[in-house]
Amino acid sequence: MQTEFSKEQNLLRDIVSRALRDKSPATAVRESMETDRGYDPAVWQELCGDAGLAGVHVAEVHGGAGGGAVELGIVAEEMGRTLFCGPWFASAAMAGTALLEAANDSDREELLPGVADGSTIATLVLDDLNGPAGVGASITSAADGKLSGTAAMVLDAHVADLLLVVAGGAGGLGLHAVEGGAPGLAVEPLQVVDPTRKLSRVAFSDVPGRRVGEVTGDTLNRIWDRICSALAHEMIGGAQHLFETTVNYTKERFQFGRPIGSFQALKHRCADLLLEIEIARALTHHSARCLDAGAGEPWAASMAKAAAADACMSAARAGIQLRGGIGFTWENDTHLWFKRAKGSEVLFGTPAIHRERMMTMLEGAA
Amino acid sequence: MTPDRIRSEVSAWLDANWRTDRPLIEWREILLDGGWAAPHWPEEWYGRGFTLDQTAVVAEVFREKDAVPAAQVGPRGLASETILACGSDDQKRRFLRPILTGEHTWCQLFSEPGSGSDLAGLSTRAELKDGKWIINGQKVWNTSAHHADFGLLVARTDWDVPKHQGISYFLLDMRQPGVEARPLRQMNGHQSFNEVFMTNAVVAPEDLIGGEGNGWHVAKTTLSFERRGFSRRVRGSSIDGAKQGPIYEEYEEELRIAAEPYTWYPQREGRVDLVLPRARETGAIADPATRQEIAKLLCLYTGARLASDSAEASRKAGTTEIIPAGSIGKLAASVIARQASHVHTMISGADAMLSGPDSAADGIIAEVLVSVPAISIAGGTDEIQRNIISERVLGMPKGYRADQGPFRDIKRNA
Ligand SMILES: Cc1cc2nc3c(=O)[nH]c(=O)nc-3n(C[C@H](O)[C@H](O)[C@H](O)COP(=O)(O)OP(=O)(O)OC[C@H]3O[C@@H](n4cnc5c(N)ncnc54)[C@H](O)[C@@H]3O)c2cc1C
Repeated sequence: MQTEFSKEQNLLRDIVSRALRDKSPATAVRESMETDRGYDPAVWQELCGDAGLAGVHVAEVHGGAGGGAVELGIVAEEMGRTLFCGPWFASAAMAGTALLEAANDSDREELLPGVADGSTIATLVLDDLNGPAGVGASITSAADGKLSGTAAMVLDAHVADLLLVVAGGAGGLGLHAVEGGAPGLAVEPLQVVDPTRKLSRVAFSDVPGRRVGEVTGDTLNRIWDRICSALAHEMIGGAQHLFETTVNYTKERFQFGRPIGSFQALKHRCADLLLEIEIARALTHHSARCLDAGAGEPWAASMAKAAAADACMSAARAGIQLRGGIGFTWENDTHLWFKRAKGSEVLFGTPAIHRERMMTMLEGAA
Repeated sequence: MTPDRIRSEVSAWLDANWRTDRPLIEWREILLDGGWAAPHWPEEWYGRGFTLDQTAVVAEVFREKDAVPAAQVGPRGLASETILACGSDDQKRRFLRPILTGEHTWCQLFSEPGSGSDLAGLSTRAELKDGKWIINGQKVWNTSAHHADFGLLVARTDWDVPKHQGISYFLLDMRQPGVEARPLRQMNGHQSFNEVFMTNAVVAPEDLIGGEGNGWHVAKTTLSFERRGFSRRVRGSSIDGAKQGPIYEEYEEELRIAAEPYTWYPQREGRVDLVLPRARETGAIADPATRQEIAKLLCLYTGARLASDSAEASRKAGTTEIIPAGSIGKLAASVIARQASHVHTMISGADAMLSGPDSAADGIIAEVLVSVPAISIAGGTDEIQRNIISERVLGMPKGYRADQGPFRDIKRNA
């Protein structure tokens, strides 16, 4: 199994990081988050249409760059660092992954290229965001392929051209393709804590759909693991940004005639945070390598998701606390990363859920 | 060299040279000359410049063939790394070989009653008289000093300069009338560390290492190596079970004495390896709260190992670079040990009151509970590691200092 990044992977990180610093500064994040759409289509075109960031994990025959979970993670990490606003996570990391793992060859051929080059914005509809076991209980497909039911929270459904729905019903759990705007589909934007990631309630009443693949329990777990690994990378990027800006702030802010970073209470908190982030980052990078190699601990993605979520929230809490009053203002950017951290902490399973999932797998393997 | 290539070379060499009827030292001489005693050392000094991963392959072959390795136990590694990094060629010639053959054992004479964390505040005195260094003072908490042949000694040679500049580093012969080691009993009942009294002890001028007044730099080299040791065991070889042959008897005897102070060291790291077996055996594995804590522990443990592997994979011994990253590993080891101790307590419940043969795992778990407090003190406390990480890794500003100017004028313990 890989233990370090290859030259090409480091290069990818450099390119993505440079592009995002340029296209997604905090001012752009603030502009996008205030809009209903939630992102800037011109930037989307540049990052996905031109630079191919939505297809790093998609095979070349389907219009992607031929990478895997590691490449997906690299992009996710850099996006988390800059708090990129846009449907990349829903479309590339979630819907793209579901197509890769569950769709039949012909459907994959038809649907993936659009997702990979960003011309299709897709999302994955899961009726349970806490764990794979409950997915498919609230949405069912009838014998004629029509879908009914509700998903309480769906990422970026309000802008999706294509909804991939995991639904139960005739023929067992399956992946169904539904066009955005299909008759009977109701997408209702929700009020959210994290304005940089849009959520909608999606209701289906006899919505025409097409079954594009079977979703076994194993398939669903694989999809879940890949999404969680990507999300862990995004959180590590966020944690790193929070940490660096916070440490820098302590070097510049003076109280009692000295920089606050010279106070030991703050130094020790930063040292502990560094350790927590280093460990979580190692687990996160490891999870992607395990997925690509099909080796290592089967619970690696759950370790990563739990550790990265805790580390990112620690960094977020310290980010506010070590700034004092200014940290609690709307004007200061720290709360934007705090809110993303809070959202990601609970999306696809809280740390406690992932620790329990890990223990269940570990005991199953014993 | 690829792992396969290393494997076949070591195997062939051992097939030609390894015999169980040689005296231990004689065998180790052959081992040294064959270049397989310390493959991670530089080529000029008995080694092959291997990475630690390559060295691990060598150790594996030794284990498979039940071949006795070079001497490894105890602070001899601190001595060899320090001498490799900072010693003169003459010192390397005199000291490195007997370290590997096992003829010399070492100890670390750093801490004093008046200065532990503040190592540079030490007040053991070294004075040059008639061409010899005369040492007077007291050291404390010195592991293995009661049977060591040599000590890594830091002492003050100049009292009129700022504290870090007046320190020199010596290689002290412990077998002389002016040196006395008295064992101290620890909270876990073992007697691994000592107090060491030096009364007109003598060091020859050629046993000053790194130059007069340059001892602080040499000491940091030792400490950096010591701290890295907490996060990554330099994977040595060891032989499992009793084996027949005269050389094994000698080897067992060496281990019995040299390894005795360290029998509880695995316990101070928390015995993570026993957590799942104990949880299954007791049924605690079914308790949701315990499962959460076990999972946290395994995340910490796995993540810390992955992080230190990637930081250390390509490092070789004998480099002079002092890495504050060792402090991250040392702090991680502490955090892991505390969490493991917490989990062992949860698993044992009221049985955690017992020790000795009445207790779980024949007293091992009880020993974990009373040994873990050592890991956040020995080798520099957690607080000191956090100071180093924040100042040297993160570049946070130093706090107010009350210990500047000539050492003579600094307030210190009576
Ligand atoms: C099992 C064991 C084995 C050892 N083996 C050896 C050995 O072989 N050779 C050897 O030389 N030494 C050895 N030591 C000694 C060890 O290095 C010292 O005990 C350690 O560095 C702490 O020094 P101290 O005991 O004087 O405590 P102090 O330095 O007095 O510390 C007391 C408390 O104050 C805190 N403190 C001190 N300074 C600061 C600061 N600047 N900021 C924040 N907090 C601070 C410490 O963290 C600690 O909590 C060993 C210790 C143990 C426990």
